[in-house]
Amino acid sequence: MKNKEFHLNLCRMMLLIRRTEEKIGELYPEQEMKCAVHLSIGEEASAVGVCAALRGDDVIYSTHRCHAHYLAKGGNLKRMVAELYGKAAGCCRGKGGSMHLADPEVGMMGSSAIVAGSIPLAVGSALAFSMKGNDRVAVALFGDGGAEQGSFPECLSFASLKSLPVIFVCENNLYATHTHISARQPKDNIYQRGEPYGVPGTQVDGNDVLAVYEAASQAVERCRRGKGPSLLECRTYRWMGHVGPDYDYDLGYRSKQELEEWMRRCPILTYERTLVSAGICSQSDLDLIRGEVDEEVARAVTFAKSSPEPELDDLLQDVY
Amino acid sequence: MKENQAIRQAKYVEAIAEALVQAMECDERVFVMGIGVDDPTGVFGSTRPAFKRFGKKRVFTIPLSENAITGVGIGAALSGLRPIMVHARNDFLLLTMDQLVNHAAKWSYMAGGRMKVPFTIRAIIGRGWGQGPQHSQSLQALFVHTPGLKVVMPATPYDAKGLLLASIRDDCPVIFIEHRRLYDTVGPVPEETYTVPLGKGAVRREGRDVTVVASSLMVLEALQASQLLQSDGIAAEVIDLRTLSPLDDELVFDSVRKTGRLVVADTGWETCGVAAEVSARVASNVFGSLKAPIRRVCLPDSPTPTCPSLEREFYPGAEDIAAAVRTVVGRVKEPVRPRASAQTQESWDKGFTGPF
Repeated sequence: MKNKEFHLNLCRMMLLIRRTEEKIGELYPEQEMKCAVHLSIGEEASAVGVCAALRGDDVIYSTHRCHAHYLAKGGNLKRMVAELYGKAAGCCRGKGGSMHLADPEVGMMGSSAIVAGSIPLAVGSALAFSMKGNDRVAVALFGDGGAEQGSFPECLSFASLKSLPVIFVCENNLYATHTHISARQPKDNIYQRGEPYGVPGTQVDGNDVLAVYEAASQAVERCRRGKGPSLLECRTYRWMGHVGPDYDYDLGYRSKQELEEWMRRCPILTYERTLVSAGICSQSDLDLIRGEVDEEVARAVTFAKSSPEPELDDLLQDVY
Repeated sequence: MKENQAIRQAKYVEAIAEALVQAMECDERVFVMGIGVDDPTGVFGSTRPAFKRFGKKRVFTIPLSENAITGVGIGAALSGLRPIMVHARNDFLLLTMDQLVNHAAKWSYMAGGRMKVPFTIRAIIGRGWGQGPQHSQSLQALFVHTPGLKVVMPATPYDAKGLLLASIRDDCPVIFIEHRRLYDTVGPVPEETYTVPLGKGAVRREGRDVTVVASSLMVLEALQASQLLQSDGIAAEVIDLRTLSPLDDELVFDSVRKTGRLVVADTGWETCGVAAEVSARVASNVFGSLKAPIRRVCLPDSPTPTCPSLEREFYPGAEDIAAAVRTVVGRVKEPVRPRASAQTQESWDKGFTGPF
């Protein structure tokens, strides 16, 4: 049984992601964040549940939609916001932007904007851990679109062949840009795709942070015992458009009704209600967290906005 | 090394094989993966000694999933290992372009230099015995075009070992392109571990009349051409680039300042190729020293034909380089395609029996 602190930490992290991204959406029209932002609002539970099951020395690899992953793994908020503003203090010194967040010191090994591009890299880290004989774990985070690229089954195969400590986490939010999964995949069964390769798969409610945490913990345990990879499909939904800070149901590829159904299943409100009704914490505990998170986000924005741009000489640094 | 002590002679392939063994002896983070690296042929013998010495844990085959496994190499490098990936043919690198160009080349830059990708990719250019359009390509220009990748093409056994050791020790992704036709060439290769620095070319022959810049197999063709030209009273200076990215500009510029003439020979295609890049840099930087237009000796703009007759027509050789030189020194108005590369082609084929 997890204690109050554990639950409040999960709450705090989901709120931090939510409030950070809402702030990004609020500030985006100022046109000062000059990079494409892909928001995870509505999907916070999968990132937080998975990362809560990891140790600090485990690693994750992410995608263009990486804010939640970066923060959940412990990435520095100020440096993330500074990165979005293209500042020298950014976590990638302004050279990565929203789609390429990285913080190797906390095991956030980077993010690829090429769909499924970072899955093999996670397998590579797992290969390194296996060859070195330690019990660290690597996680590949990708979306339902990523499951359509060839590198996904190729990696399932290789990871199973070598019994590598890697977890394939598919955040299935049902859409690749503006196209529903039913128009792209003959069967809605991503979690079963590891079976031919001997990789066990689980499907969980990706909006239920505890369910994600439990499933991820089992996969982590399997890795640490040297039993090899697992596949975890988290069913979730992104509230905002594919890119940018706006709702996009007016485009017509999905309905407002569908969005509202998923909004009623908000991962944060659902969890908060559960905690309060189970007597694990009080509403005032949650209000306190909310206030602290908002202050932290405000400080990060102030830091980012007041930070200097990179030196122009930096253009040619770190190419080689 | 004592003067009277002869340096050990070894083949190009033996030099590569020895470099792998020594790199793995010196650094336990180094490992080798690739299709067939642990099979009895060991990629033309190049990985066999390493496999015999270190076994399947550090020298292992991979599924035929080149792109994904290239990404695996990147991840392993990011987590502290120094992988070497081997392709028996250059052409299969095209399957890996997403991971090489979108990921390996950019990961360090995208992360503001907070991570490095020490990853060496060996790939071999095939030629002759009907290798044809998909088993013979010289793709170095694609990689030279990509910032973030280093590109190395050794011409001699000595450099094959020293440059490979330097590549493995480098913190960047390195595309290390070997030429199958050089595998049996013999030269001095010290037994001890040594490196040849990346980014430094070498003057293989000094001359006052013309600079011939080449790499890989074309260095041998250029040296042969320089002998042909000697009888015409033309002294060619032959520069071996050794590393194509970063290019040793100053070595080339200094030579052109002296000779005033330039011929560039490359194993790849002419259009947008390495020879075009070398020519452009010379024209942009030492134009005032040039006494004649620059000439390139490269592949014609067609895929590689398979049949021997067209293959002979396809590949330029020493005679083509000599003809280009005669043009730039003003001995003839237009280079004549002498078809004489047939001579070197045939002499090589005589010593080679199939299959490849």
